Amino acid sequence: MEFFKYTKTFNFMGKSKFAMAFSIALMLASYAVLMTKGLNYGVDFAGGTIVQVKYDTTAPIKAMRDKLKENPLFKDASITEFGSPDEVIIRMKTSTGSVTKDVGDVTRAALKGTGNFKVRRVDIVGPKVGSELKEKGIMSLLLAILGILIYVAFRFEWRFAVASIVALVHDVSIASGAIALVGLDVNLDVLAALLTLLGYSLNDTIIVFDRIREGIVKSKNVVLDEIINESITRTLARTTLTSLTTFFVVFTLFMFGGEIIHAFAFTLLIGIIVGTYSSIFVASPILLWFGFDVKNYHVKLAEKAKREAEKKRMREQYESGVM
Amino acid sequence: MKLNYRIVIFALAIVFGVAFSIPSLFQTQEGKKVTLGLDLQGGLHMLLGVKTDEATKSRIKSIAASIKHFAERKDILIDALSFNATTVSFEILDNDDLKAMQDFLSKIDGAKVSLNGLKISLSLTPKEIIKTKKQSVDQAIETIRNRLDQFGLSEPVVARQGKEKILVELAGIKTQAEEQRARKLISRAAKLEMMAVDEARNARVSTMSDADAAEYGDIILPDIKDANHKYLIHEIPILDGGMLTNAAVGFDKNNRPLITFTLNAEGADIFGDFTGKNVGKRLAIVLDGKVYSAPNINERIGGGSGQISGNYTVMEAKDLAIALRSGALLAPIYLMEKRSVGPSLGADSIKASMIALIGGFVLVIIFMVFYYRLAGLIANIALIANLFLLLAVMSLFGATLTLPGMAGIVLTVGMAVDANVIISERIRELIYEGKSMHKAIEDGYANAMSAILDANITTLIASVVLYVYGTGAIKGFAITMSIGILASMLTAILGTHGIYQMLEEKIKRSKNHKLWFGIKG
Repeated sequence: MEFFKYTKTFNFMGKSKFAMAFSIALMLASYAVLMTKGLNYGVDFAGGTIVQVKYDTTAPIKAMRDKLKENPLFKDASITEFGSPDEVIIRMKTSTGSVTKDVGDVTRAALKGTGNFKVRRVDIVGPKVGSELKEKGIMSLLLAILGILIYVAFRFEWRFAVASIVALVHDVSIASGAIALVGLDVNLDVLAALLTLLGYSLNDTIIVFDRIREGIVKSKNVVLDEIINESITRTLARTTLTSLTTFFVVFTLFMFGGEIIHAFAFTLLIGIIVGTYSSIFVASPILLWFGFDVKNYHVKLAEKAKREAEKKRMREQYESGVM
Repeated sequence: MKLNYRIVIFALAIVFGVAFSIPSLFQTQEGKKVTLGLDLQGGLHMLLGVKTDEATKSRIKSIAASIKHFAERKDILIDALSFNATTVSFEILDNDDLKAMQDFLSKIDGAKVSLNGLKISLSLTPKEIIKTKKQSVDQAIETIRNRLDQFGLSEPVVARQGKEKILVELAGIKTQAEEQRARKLISRAAKLEMMAVDEARNARVSTMSDADAAEYGDIILPDIKDANHKYLIHEIPILDGGMLTNAAVGFDKNNRPLITFTLNAEGADIFGDFTGKNVGKRLAIVLDGKVYSAPNINERIGGGSGQISGNYTVMEAKDLAIALRSGALLAPIYLMEKRSVGPSLGADSIKASMIALIGGFVLVIIFMVFYYRLAGLIANIALIANLFLLLAVMSLFGATLTLPGMAGIVLTVGMAVDANVIISERIRELIYEGKSMHKAIEDGYANAMSAILDANITTLIASVVLYVYGTGAIKGFAITMSIGILASMLTAILGTHGIYQMLEEKIKRSKNHKLWFGIKG
């Protein structure tokens, strides 16, 4: 089976202006959501307490609220359903520093008489740990981007690196906007998903760039947008296929992976779509707009080849004992 | 069919992968297995902080106690002995005793003594304070480890994290009661002190405030059985639990559990001296700021052993004895982070992620065969080999599999076929260009290589950053992603190349591009 034939080249760059407008609109919308609604930091980053309770039958949320109200510890607690109607999460902004006195025990005592239930999970993150995790999280995002930038600049050329970073910023912005829009709790797993998305989106971009570089080196053509169009067309089947297989697995994870992994899967789901789009419609046009000079590059390559040939000649002479 | 070095390496990798995954897959008795993370098997994860300021304070307090004991022993009269967070100060009444006291003080490590007439103050040097704080963390780790080792759980993890944090991980905590017991045992200060009751003023204790008591160098402590029953006690203890050599559970004549303890020689000396001088007065046995008993001293007690009675169950007495034996915490600990997962939730997570893994896996496998036919089948063989390798390597290193780690494996399934997609597309292209089958395969691999390497290396960079900066369960994700990527280089690139080379003659003869690569022509 084949999705795409290589015989016809699609004119991607001709549509890049529309794509750019679309991307910019999407990014602005994301920033607007991030600014107004904001990210909903979960306990990992904001600190606080969550208690996960599972009932034998549907959780009596109203009765639970009434019971919890009696204890000042649960003053600003929120109770929400978690994955299924018999499972709920109690969230509090506060955290206790005592090792012996446990929120799980307190919850168990407070909810007595609301039915048959089990406390299945208690997460307490103190404010200090929360802010540390946040710091580390931001550091890791920046470091990952920096590391990738250096690698791509080293393997390709600085314009490629900058173009891929712009695409990454585009992807992370839109994914974050989507997270804020649906109001997901941002915890460590979402951060991990964002980092995976960086790697994944870059994967896509690099495959396209690799083909563009190959096109630049091999073809006599010096018109960059034609080279780009051909390269994207040639990698289109691969881009679609890999995105599809990855999408399949992330989708099953999203559907069946359980509530705890939900936010992670959601972030990746959005990320795969945006990442695939951006490698074609964001990274490549930027390369074009940077005015990458194919002619100049050819000259440089020729010079490099000459230098290497010269070196080789010298070495051969040396080895044969002429010098 | 022709053997080549690639197919041999690939076959060896498969044998290695299958052989070393067996212990994990079938949970055999022997062999190295993947460890399940706390989020999958259930358990308790805690990050504890140490209140290191308290450690310097208790250091000062014990210096004060030793000064007092020294003065009493040598009949040196001292007055106004008091201490705060970092300094002990007192006054010597007789100038002739100054020399002896100074000699004694100079033997105390890390202290700076300053003299003002007959007033002496002793404070810890900044270096000593740092040392004491560091020691208190080291000692807390050591003590908690000791206690948990005696608790009876398999392989408790107690490790330093950062400078002043302690990571405690207890897998396999099954019940709430067990968790409570463990938490109590860990956090118990187990600070045993023998203290003197201030008999002169004790009668007025009910009308006194803490500030009043402090004026006399006393503190007010509650009784363990009845918190309303208070004692007025000299703040500087006679001796503390540091001089304990053993503690065990015993029973009194009514068969109620109690703790018996033995002091070392120095402790026994001090204890004997004190009881000899204070016949008729009361001695308070104080544990963690509560008075367990305050018996009358009837005669000098030598031998240095005693007992602590209280209203405990046998289990509580046992845990208390463990805590006393393993020593007191120099500084109290507090909770910075706690994650506890019940075993049933862990089991649910395993089930859910297995369904996702199998579901995703089946989808990808069907799709690859549908799209690439036999080339897809070859890619699928590589994918299965990849999963075995991943599991084998994780088992060998005893790596921890967490829920995000499972997600990483699921993701690997989706991304590992990427290399084969790239290669197959290249081969198809070359076939369309009319190249010979041999050339199409060899050039296909050669052309695809740089893209695959670059793509994998960038993903690896992100994974490594995640490993270095990630904590707990997230590290598990970085591990499975990284191993998955590395394994895919072996299986998806080298392995499938070997298969193609082996089958080359067959492919050439069949000339059926649709069957082999899913294309016409």
